[in-house]
Amino acid sequence: MNLLSILLIVPAAGFLALLLLPRAREKDARLLALIISTAVFLASLGLIGAPSSFETNVEWISSPAIRYHVSIDGLSLWLIILSTLLVPICVLISWNYIGKRIKEFYAFLLLLEFGLIGVFAAMDLFLFYVFWEVTLVPMYFLIGIWGHERRIYATVKFFLYTMAGSVLMLVAILYLYSRAGTFDYSVILTLLGNGRLTLTAAEQLPLFLAFFVAFAIKVPLWPLHTWLPDAHVEAPSAGSVMLASVMLKMGTYGIVRFCLPMFGNAARECAPYIAVLAILGIIIGALVAMVQPNMKKLVAYSSVSHLGFVVLGIFSFTQQGMDGAVYQMLNHGVSTGALFMLVGYLYERQHSLEIKSYGGVATVAPNLAIIFLITSLASIGLPLLNNFVGEYLILQAAAMVDVRWAVFAAIGVILSACYMLWLYQRAFLGETPEEVRSHVHDLNFREMAAIAPLVILMVWMGVASQSFLPTISAANAEILQKSTINVEYEVKRIPAETHYGD
Amino acid sequence: MHHLWLIPALPLAGFLVNGLFGRRLPKAIINAVAVGSVLLSFLWVLQVLNGLMPLETLYVERYATWIASGSLDIPYELAIDRLSAVMLLVVTGVGLLIHIYATGYMSHEDGYYRFFAYLNLFMFFMLTLVLANNYLLLFVGWEGVGLCSYLLIGFYYLKNSATTAGNKAFIVNRIGDFGFALAIFLIFIQFGTLDFPAVFSAAQPLPAESTAGILTAICLLLMVGAAGKSAQVPLYVWLPDAMEGPTPVSALIHAATMVTAGVYMVARSSALYLKAPLAMDVVALIGLLTAVLAATIGMTQFDIKKVFAYSTVSQLGYMFLALGVGAFSAGIFHVVTHAFFKALLFLGAGSVIHALEGEQDLRHMGGLRKKIPITFLTLACAWVAIAGVPPFSGFHSKDEILLAAHHHAPWMYWIGVVTAGITAFYVSRAMFLCFFGKYRGHHHPHESPVSMWGPLAVLALLSLGGGYTHIPQFLAPVFPLAEGAHDFTLVAISVAAGLTGIGLAWFLYIAKPGLADSIASNLGGLYKLVYNKYFVDELYFATIINPAIAGSRTVLWKFLDAGLIDGTVNGAGHMAQWVGAKCRRLQSGNIRTYATWVVLGAVLLIFTIGGVR
Repeated sequence: MNLLSILLIVPAAGFLALLLLPRAREKDARLLALIISTAVFLASLGLIGAPSSFETNVEWISSPAIRYHVSIDGLSLWLIILSTLLVPICVLISWNYIGKRIKEFYAFLLLLEFGLIGVFAAMDLFLFYVFWEVTLVPMYFLIGIWGHERRIYATVKFFLYTMAGSVLMLVAILYLYSRAGTFDYSVILTLLGNGRLTLTAAEQLPLFLAFFVAFAIKVPLWPLHTWLPDAHVEAPSAGSVMLASVMLKMGTYGIVRFCLPMFGNAARECAPYIAVLAILGIIIGALVAMVQPNMKKLVAYSSVSHLGFVVLGIFSFTQQGMDGAVYQMLNHGVSTGALFMLVGYLYERQHSLEIKSYGGVATVAPNLAIIFLITSLASIGLPLLNNFVGEYLILQAAAMVDVRWAVFAAIGVILSACYMLWLYQRAFLGETPEEVRSHVHDLNFREMAAIAPLVILMVWMGVASQSFLPTISAANAEILQKSTINVEYEVKRIPAETHYGD
Repeated sequence: MHHLWLIPALPLAGFLVNGLFGRRLPKAIINAVAVGSVLLSFLWVLQVLNGLMPLETLYVERYATWIASGSLDIPYELAIDRLSAVMLLVVTGVGLLIHIYATGYMSHEDGYYRFFAYLNLFMFFMLTLVLANNYLLLFVGWEGVGLCSYLLIGFYYLKNSATTAGNKAFIVNRIGDFGFALAIFLIFIQFGTLDFPAVFSAAQPLPAESTAGILTAICLLLMVGAAGKSAQVPLYVWLPDAMEGPTPVSALIHAATMVTAGVYMVARSSALYLKAPLAMDVVALIGLLTAVLAATIGMTQFDIKKVFAYSTVSQLGYMFLALGVGAFSAGIFHVVTHAFFKALLFLGAGSVIHALEGEQDLRHMGGLRKKIPITFLTLACAWVAIAGVPPFSGFHSKDEILLAAHHHAPWMYWIGVVTAGITAFYVSRAMFLCFFGKYRGHHHPHESPVSMWGPLAVLALLSLGGGYTHIPQFLAPVFPLAEGAHDFTLVAISVAAGLTGIGLAWFLYIAKPGLADSIASNLGGLYKLVYNKYFVDELYFATIINPAIAGSRTVLWKFLDAGLIDGTVNGAGHMAQWVGAKCRRLQSGNIRTYATWVVLGAVLLIFTIGGVR
């Protein structure tokens, strides 16, 4: 058994172990979860050297042939490490935040980790679908049990929205099975590559759309995003962090991993329309973020805006755009995850998410203020911090495809400065009201330890992007190359262009 | 290797030490770190130049790859030529003086370590900007100095006006950077690289664009960036507000160095601009318009820092005029002399403000020449320099610009001359109101400590003699010198305009005090218009900012997002519930009914799959 499978088994085992913990020793769940998740994180670093060498491919169910086929490349590698990094961080930030049903909370966190690693590693379409649904369950409970007042509305909305999309994806997976006779993704790609399986234009487009809509809801791509603000506002801190940092990336990951290589032609066909939606999301998300009175909603809408960049980068079908998009998935995970943590820290102190309940926090909590500032600056794409690299690559690629894309998308960069700086001014600067003075204190060691790795990553990923980009580039180059394999579509189009010959 | 990286790295180290540990360090150590790091950086510049002279070609050092993807490869690469050498000397030299000055000026302030940490960080970014050998690395410095500007304008973060001014500076600069970023994208598309030498040598053989083409677009977009950073029309509005920051910041960032980054960037891109004459004309026009507009506002302001702020905007306009008419070296020459005399004006104003315990209103000053004589004497040097009195520094650089403007289009020269007169007038007005007549305030003015007047004295000497630095001749390897003899008449006219401005100010504020006020009230509406800065801020709020916020709230959020989209989703949900309620009858609990459905479903499925195959 290799490392990748161990990374799957340990959180799953941890989930069961925590559930079996006697209620009387419930508080030990935190420590146990911290140890398990830290161990998983450290172990996951072992994937970095040679990501492609951890393939496992064995039969799971014989009929229909569903295989336990897991493998990773430069695309999934960093997303897995991001997930394993964030789980121990989420344990730390929930330490005192979660007061009821403690062991279940941490159990679900580990179950979520299991599902996420599975989603990013699965190479069998059915297995992927299973993991995809597995992640839904713990998040449903994380919001539904430990959330704020309107948690039931939010969690049902989250669940139904995502289910609506994944049902479409399931239908498409089953259809592909009926055509290819296998769920194994790499086999399907081989069949498509050597021409033994060809999807006609009439097949490709609906299949692409079925997958794409499922993923687009998860991203979320405007206008399929309205579950997100509700889910974020109602979720407990750790839930928001996992949701924003990793679960949204399941959508963008899915697009890159499955939509592009399998349905390259349809994807290219749809690219201009999707790019327009992405750009609308960038601008509208940012404008709506600007007028939010609630901090979490503000950050949630900013995610809609940021993820618009990712989608735009993907559908540029260029090396730079895809590299930027994947890098931006990680960047967003780091900086927006940190923002949700910081908002959570504030909430733990003052029990309010309204911006107007704060003011002058910088005076009473200077470290919190400085870290919030650095995170905000990362989020608005200041050079030498992480988001800049991704945004630059994406916008550069967008400009190469169509300058108008870059013009409109870059407006989002201006607006991001507006909403983040105005938030920072209102919450952190100015005179400190008595209410804030008596409740808000600076970060303690645990809180500092939880956020420090993310701050370090913001600088590292901004200054030394070469630690990450080459592996990502290699995976993207392969995907880009595969996204042109389905030849039948091309055959149909070429006569239209060459008819002058006859 | 000459280790160019040390030049920005030294202040960065200072920033890290003071930023991380400054809260627990005594002031003496904070000073030593902050001033010491800039001093070492300055000395290293001298060392490097000493080793590289005569520096007739570009010297490049490559350290590592920053971003690589596909054909795109952006290195950490620093380079130095005579243009950057001039900028380096100004930035580290004037920067050093201002750091020393600030140890005195800020000595009573809270957040002392924070101030110097930010100041050192600014030096790091500014030096990166100047040394960068590609557009993206220049952009790093460019955005970085903007960040430091934001932090330092909002240094007094308890004051709402200060933090709002900081936000304004950052956001307006972002609008400029939007243009700059688009220019970078186009440069990469056009040339396949962002490295300066490669881009410029690729541009060399291209024909000059007689109608607007890609190069014109690039140059205009670069100018949008420059207009943001260097406070040109229509993006100048942040700079006057930036005076909320401590005065050393106004001197260093908002007068001597950062705001000239736009001038530097355009001059650096001269190879592109020379191929885009239309863009050059736009640059010249923007410069001229800014110069006039800001100078007229400067005549009416009473806050001593605001007067100098509008003066800065106006002088930057001069520099862009120079660039636009092709006199790149004259523009840089004016950057240098302006750095001397404007830093001096601000530091001197700071010394006045320091002496008056925070008073900035010229109406509450007066007669200070006897009370703070050193400040007065040094400021007087800046005064004659900016007013264009020969043979002091401002005269030389302004003269170069006006002559070049005349060569390009005589009407530009004439507007420039009028602006020179206005410039001399408003500076003289400020000087007369501050130092002459009777003291109108109620403080007890005291002279500043040597840490403050020492730098003033050095800058005073530079303001007087800076005209003899022969910058244009030094820059000849980068920007070939223009041919053409100095026309004595043109010089005499511009000097006369300056002297007229001084004389008029003397007449209005010394000889006939009170006359100025009655003229102002006679002018009525026109005066109000200028005094209120042509209501440009109000215009921006009414036409852009307020509609954007209101529209986002009511249309995009409440109507579109929460109403239409989410309403549709919830509507679908309710529809499903309704359908579910109807279908509940299917769940009869009757096993035989269920079995029928299962069989029907299975048959349907078999047919579907079979049909597909």
